Amino acid sequence: MINSKSIALFLFLFGFWLLMSGHYTVLITSLGVVSCLLCVYLTIKGNFLDNETIPIYFFPRLIQYTIWLIKEIFISNITTAKVILSKSEEPELFSVKASQKTNEGKVTYANSITLTPGTVTTQIKDNVFEVHALTKEFGDDVRGSEMDRMVTWLEKGK
Amino acid sequence: MLDLLIQIISIISFVGGVFFILTGSLGLIRLPDVFSRIHAAGMIDTAGVSFIILGMILQSGFSLITAKLMFIGIFIFFTSPITSHITANLARKKGVDPVGKTKGKTL
Repeated sequence: MINSKSIALFLFLFGFWLLMSGHYTVLITSLGVVSCLLCVYLTIKGNFLDNETIPIYFFPRLIQYTIWLIKEIFISNITTAKVILSKSEEPELFSVKASQKTNEGKVTYANSITLTPGTVTTQIKDNVFEVHALTKEFGDDVRGSEMDRMVTWLEKGK
Repeated sequence: MLDLLIQIISIISFVGGVFFILTGSLGLIRLPDVFSRIHAAGMIDTAGVSFIILGMILQSGFSLITAKLMFIGIFIFFTSPITSHITANLARKKGVDPVGKTKGKTL
């Protein structure tokens, strides 16, 4: 019952509680601890506590991946703005294969594709993603599968 | 002096956010179909929102509000791709044909 996942969940909940509260007297903080413990207990009772809720094996490489993703998002935002202002869109729809093994990895990859402006995941079946891209260059970026390699690297953990 | 520098950076970041939100709104009107318009909306969700929040963080100074603003940004980053994906997925399932070419076999 007490394992790394439940401790990680408790730390997240309590950190978030401290952030939202802003009052740090003994009584109120202890009430916060009790409510966070209750939430963790209910999560364990309901069998929600698995790799999909808390993918702890992502964490060691998460910061580096986030920095890389923010850089990609910034670059493609500028490209999308250029495309919109110059009316040079040529949309295309295509399929790519994802190399991730787990569901969490696939979700991360699909959400990263959608979060980058210019590309949207429209459908997912097993490990084939259907992607809509605003121009041919965005399509080539996804087909070049740099992001796919990055998410697979993130998924492997340490 | 430092105050002035922070003010200038925050104004630049507000202007950047306004530029991206305005361009995204223009794209929502100008682009041909629902799938292309999602890209413009995605631009508002990422660049527009993060520049505006960066400007607000610089304006508010270092306090608990800074962390709260950062969490607003993180939550938008987690939820916006989900709504984009649901919109696109539903449009595909209801049989909306995208403008432009379709390459190879699609699902």
